[in-house]
Amino acid sequence: MKFDTPAGTNPIDRMRVVGQPTARIDGPLKVSGKAPYAYEHHDVPGKPAYGYVVGAAIAKGAIRSIDTAQAERAPGVITVVTHRNAGKLGKGRMNTANLLGGPRVEHYHQAIAVVVAETFEQARAAAAMIDVDYARDGGTFDLAAAKTGAAEQGGENAPTAVGDFEGAFASAPVKLDATYTTPDQSHSMMEPHATIAQWDGDGVTVWTSNQMVAWGKKELAATLQIAPEKVRLVSPYIGGGFGGKLFLRSDVVMASLASRAAKRPVKVALQRPLIPNNTTHRPATIQRIRVGCSRDGKITAIGHESWSGNLPDGDLETATMQTKLLYAGPNRMTAMRLAVLDLPEGNAMRAPGEAPGLMALEIAMDEMAEKLGMDPVKFRVINDTQVDPEKPDRPFSQRNLVRCLEDGAKRFGWSRRKAPGQTRDGRWLVGMGVAAAFRNNLNQKSAARVRLNASGQVTVETDMTDIGTGSYTIIAQTAAEMLGVPLAKVSVKLGDSAFPAAAGSGGQWGANSSTAGVYAACVKLREQVVQSLGFGQGEATFENGTVRVGNRSADLAQAAKAGELIAEDAMEYGDLAKKFQQSTFGGHFVEVGVDRYTGEVRVRRMLAVCAAGRILNPTSARSQVIGAMTMGVGGALMEELAVDKRFGFFVNHDLAGYEVPVHMDIPHQEVVFLDEADDKVSPMKAKGVGELGLCGVGAAVANAIYNATGVRIRDYPITLDKHLDKLGDVA
Amino acid sequence: MRPFTYERAASARDAAAKAAATPGARFIAGGTNLLDLMKLEIETPTHLIDVNGLGMDKIEPIDGGGLRIGALVRNTDLAADARVRKSYGVLTRALVAGASGQLRNKATTAGNLLQRTRCPYFYDVNMPCNKRKPGSGCAAIGGFSRQLAVIGTSDACIATHPSDMAVAMRVLDASVETIRPDGTTRAIPIADFHLLPGSTPQKETALDKGEMIISVALPKPRGGTHIYRKVRDRASYAFALVSVAAVINRDGTGAVALGGMAHKPWRVEEADALLPKGSKAVAERLLAGATPREDNAFKLTLAQRTIASVIAEAKA
Repeated sequence: MKFDTPAGTNPIDRMRVVGQPTARIDGPLKVSGKAPYAYEHHDVPGKPAYGYVVGAAIAKGAIRSIDTAQAERAPGVITVVTHRNAGKLGKGRMNTANLLGGPRVEHYHQAIAVVVAETFEQARAAAAMIDVDYARDGGTFDLAAAKTGAAEQGGENAPTAVGDFEGAFASAPVKLDATYTTPDQSHSMMEPHATIAQWDGDGVTVWTSNQMVAWGKKELAATLQIAPEKVRLVSPYIGGGFGGKLFLRSDVVMASLASRAAKRPVKVALQRPLIPNNTTHRPATIQRIRVGCSRDGKITAIGHESWSGNLPDGDLETATMQTKLLYAGPNRMTAMRLAVLDLPEGNAMRAPGEAPGLMALEIAMDEMAEKLGMDPVKFRVINDTQVDPEKPDRPFSQRNLVRCLEDGAKRFGWSRRKAPGQTRDGRWLVGMGVAAAFRNNLNQKSAARVRLNASGQVTVETDMTDIGTGSYTIIAQTAAEMLGVPLAKVSVKLGDSAFPAAAGSGGQWGANSSTAGVYAACVKLREQVVQSLGFGQGEATFENGTVRVGNRSADLAQAAKAGELIAEDAMEYGDLAKKFQQSTFGGHFVEVGVDRYTGEVRVRRMLAVCAAGRILNPTSARSQVIGAMTMGVGGALMEELAVDKRFGFFVNHDLAGYEVPVHMDIPHQEVVFLDEADDKVSPMKAKGVGELGLCGVGAAVANAIYNATGVRIRDYPITLDKHLDKLGDVA
Repeated sequence: MRPFTYERAASARDAAAKAAATPGARFIAGGTNLLDLMKLEIETPTHLIDVNGLGMDKIEPIDGGGLRIGALVRNTDLAADARVRKSYGVLTRALVAGASGQLRNKATTAGNLLQRTRCPYFYDVNMPCNKRKPGSGCAAIGGFSRQLAVIGTSDACIATHPSDMAVAMRVLDASVETIRPDGTTRAIPIADFHLLPGSTPQKETALDKGEMIISVALPKPRGGTHIYRKVRDRASYAFALVSVAAVINRDGTGAVALGGMAHKPWRVEEADALLPKGSKAVAERLLAGATPREDNAFKLTLAQRTIASVIAEAKA
């Protein structure tokens, strides 16, 4: 099915099941330990051996020699795989560095060996016996120092310019020119990257933890240099990904190589201290923002430049993308430049681009509002745009940013906000901050198969993943709504490459795209049902387990009496995304306290008002947004991969050193969804919320801190050392 | 983790004797730190002597005042003890500021004193570290040192001692009671128990080979307001950037010790005497001779301001 004209009325609009706050249908399995994660599949034939991955001890250079003899003789060891015996490997299109290093080492903790043994402990002990002699090369590890050599990119990442930015900025009566930095960040999901691999002849099955089943299958085939149909990838439950599991990673490749060499199933989980350097991270950015305004607060010039680094042939962090679309202004420019660094591979992390981009832009907006003497909510409102500012004949499909901000301000008690440094509560300096949330809506082709059996049970099969987001539940809701059956009559099977290829979970496209694919398959099944019942032409109604056409009706199950009905289809998209800019919006409001003695920042209250089309399930959508708000607090206050610029690695590479918020850091969080349905995006009329919830949170926290202290910090994370000496003397 | 042999000691003296006689032996009690370090091969004992069955898990009054805390009293039980809460509040507050409920249930009093630094370079076996591998150098110097020591450091090591409990014990003038392999016992003032790194950062305490902690003695209650203030980047489950243990009397006199600053709980008795003069005088004396790095120089300011916060809280 192709979606190329705005959606009319359809069965989803009934919203009897879709849009209801349904608890996660996989919840009981999760809390009773019956949802097997990648490392826990017990249906693997044969007794799996254990693989332990060895990471490179240098950032850049070569392995002169690698001595595995002692490890191979160690108790329980079955085999050791290194570049010497792994066979010829390719590289996935989406990988920058090789997933098995050697002899060339491209980054610290790049996998260079996997030790396979009967037990995990034996494999780990033997791994420490491998003796590697390295030839260490010098590398570039400092983004600030490499900035001058950074280069502009082409294509979608090319610089943009509209009007005369330089002239307009120069002549603007009120202007800001400020530089902001965001650090490297680690996804730090609970479940480590893990895989069990099993070969059967020349084909391999991997039980793994991957957000994008179809991508993973293709990339593993490319890496192992086998045909894609020789790979089966199974990933039904995922303990968090945040973009860290979008791509094929070393656990899959090392488990596959280990299993091939050991001739039996092998399970590998990346040990936590390996993950930050072995896998991907969100790259650090340096961002320069210039805003020029007329005295009445209208933006006349807006420019956003960003610098980030990556390994050779890696991509940049698209931190200026939202600035092309978020605010009005006739003269504008964006530019992104990429420096070559020899740190581990940078890649997508939840809301890539917008998350760090808005951390900077939305502080700049706060600074600009202050320069204008204008309320920061009002400043944003008067610079709203209903069209793409670079292409004014291209409207937004739906844009309610202003309502998010104004409604949020009312709910949050924004009018009580005072000037910076004016609100005290005992030893706490108290402040409020606001930021806009913005994230584009993306649609991806997504397929599903729907079965109806003689007892009226509906089964949906698609390789879509549920990374803790609630995919199982919203897919069940969609099928139930389309076929007029209660939720209990629908079972959902996900995350197996044997199923039709879905959109996967990334870029907040999963919910809308995957349910739209299920919608398409259900439309086809409905046709089969009507045909099977012999009801002929006419509009069919599916409700309460009954099918009606005109004055004829029958139980739905009746249609499958002669045999199971199976329908498969995909939803594909036409050019509506070209004609209409499709985005999601929100307003984040945060109140913080800053200890006037120690400078510690503690968040007190948070509110997000979101406009993201139809909300398919308010319960799971709220979970997405409060989780994202929590991540935003982490980014604002504590998360930073510390770069050792001499050795070229992230030093704090475990969960003790890389701090993310704990329960005590997160106060009351409130989420409000505006009642919307966007007919330009899909028949579901829904957009994503999983990344929107993160976009802007960091800046809202930063702006609240400024309002509390009167000290502006432009470098994340805002740890106490950055403002401590400016908080005024304490005796 | 390297393979190791394991035995349960029959008595404290037996444990000490076996530890002295067996090369590569270590005591294990709660194991909350040692096992982690063994998994990473930072610690590679070849023999573990399990002391969990030796009793030493009581908190008992000492004649003439004071409390004797058995080496195996779990952090949770020590923090919750009514006598500790009443008369040594700074100790309870320090304990509950550390780790998590699960860890405190397992971690012991002696083990807490003996825990190793959380310096990230100590934890990464690819990096030079004089504490982990004497003579290999110190990667932390010139590296990421935000968490690390600002005073009492050496050219060999800038690690901090991570304990909260020990900082409170330092301000309470506790003494560490031990048994030696020959069965003799001694009491080591907590001030002398932890060592500065000097040129031998691998040697962290005054314990001799085989010597085992059997208890910690607290002197009779000193009164005053007991405060433990731990400053960190997140609200819980993080090691201190700076912590302050203080006992402050109504007249403004008292005692103060710092955590997160040095290779040992940091206290200078002459600085205590300056408490009535305020935080700046105290901090200046406490931190005289500090050798901060660019990353952690803020700790000097933070220590002074946290002391100010503690003094203000005591007055309130």
